[in-house]
Amino acid sequence: MTAERARDLLAKISGVTVGDEGTPVVAHVPVEQWQGVAQFAKDTLGCGFFSFSTAIDWKADGLEVIAWVDNLDANVSVQLRTKLGAGNTACPSLVSVYLGADWMERECYDMFGVQFTGHPDLRRILLADDWEGHPLLKSYAVDTPHPPYR
Amino acid sequence: MEIKPPVPQIPAPVWKDIKDLQEWQTRHQRRPESGDKHSALFEQVTEGIHAFPGGFAVTTVADGFLNWARKSSVWPVSFGLACCAIEMMATFASRFDVERLGMVPWASPRHSDLMIVSGTVTIKMAPMLKRIYDQMPDPKWAVSMGSCANSGGPFRHGYHVVKGVDRVIPVDVYVPGCPPPPESLLNGLLLLQEQISHFRRTGHRADPTPKVD
Repeated sequence: MTAERARDLLAKISGVTVGDEGTPVVAHVPVEQWQGVAQFAKDTLGCGFFSFSTAIDWKADGLEVIAWVDNLDANVSVQLRTKLGAGNTACPSLVSVYLGADWMERECYDMFGVQFTGHPDLRRILLADDWEGHPLLKSYAVDTPHPPYR
Repeated sequence: MEIKPPVPQIPAPVWKDIKDLQEWQTRHQRRPESGDKHSALFEQVTEGIHAFPGGFAVTTVADGFLNWARKSSVWPVSFGLACCAIEMMATFASRFDVERLGMVPWASPRHSDLMIVSGTVTIKMAPMLKRIYDQMPDPKWAVSMGSCANSGGPFRHGYHVVKGVDRVIPVDVYVPGCPPPPESLLNGLLLLQEQISHFRRTGHRADPTPKVD
């Protein structure tokens, strides 16, 4: 498996658009195919290692969830991206495909408020349980008072 | 030769106009008005001796002795929060060796007099810090070590950091630096000892005289 081969295979899936040449292989995936493409990356592309998951807040365009998976034997990295759309925070969970996605998606929920459907234990991981808001969203005011200590 | 002032001239800061200092004025914790908890019997006895003609000589000598004893056995609780704790450990270790000042890092808040808050205090950590501080017996002191503990430091405008540990517990000495080298902390601890040596009879704290290097 090489990066070019992975890009060709990903491009053949309907709905998926791949990015420019070079590493990592970037695949823009519709939300409905999120789990399916991740399963494809694991089984066919041999990406057995879930590196990390995060999100980007595109303000009016909504959130974009990113998952980075690696094929450690062939040194191929695949970056899966999906746009959730404006106002939508629901995203299918990848825990059924990659067990390592569990805590990463909890962190993503903690910081961005992405609701991962199908996640076994979706609660905050870093911030306290009574925290209000999701601090890495661009709508979050930095100096939000947090009584009693600030 | 004529020396010209630099152009443009930077106006001197008006300290009371600085927003962060205003916040500090309103938000920082002070020690309770009632003072430290101590034995009522001890207070009665010392007040009695002090009121007796010539008794002030006894209390003054006793004060001198007690203050010397107090400041020579300040035990800091082993409490490290972030990278400042590395410098704190260096201060405790053989090269700088605060043990010669009578400071033994102690692993129990119930036997300690001093808390060195070394590092960033997050909002999640603040209740635990307050709990440990409350477990220490009176009289107790707190040293805020490093920019983060003083004011929030580089994380002041972040979302999860307490803007200075003085919003949680009253602080006696602020040690600046990021992180402060062991010499700075040592200087802060010596300033603290200076403060401690001004305790008055029955353990009333004297007003600290601010010292700035």
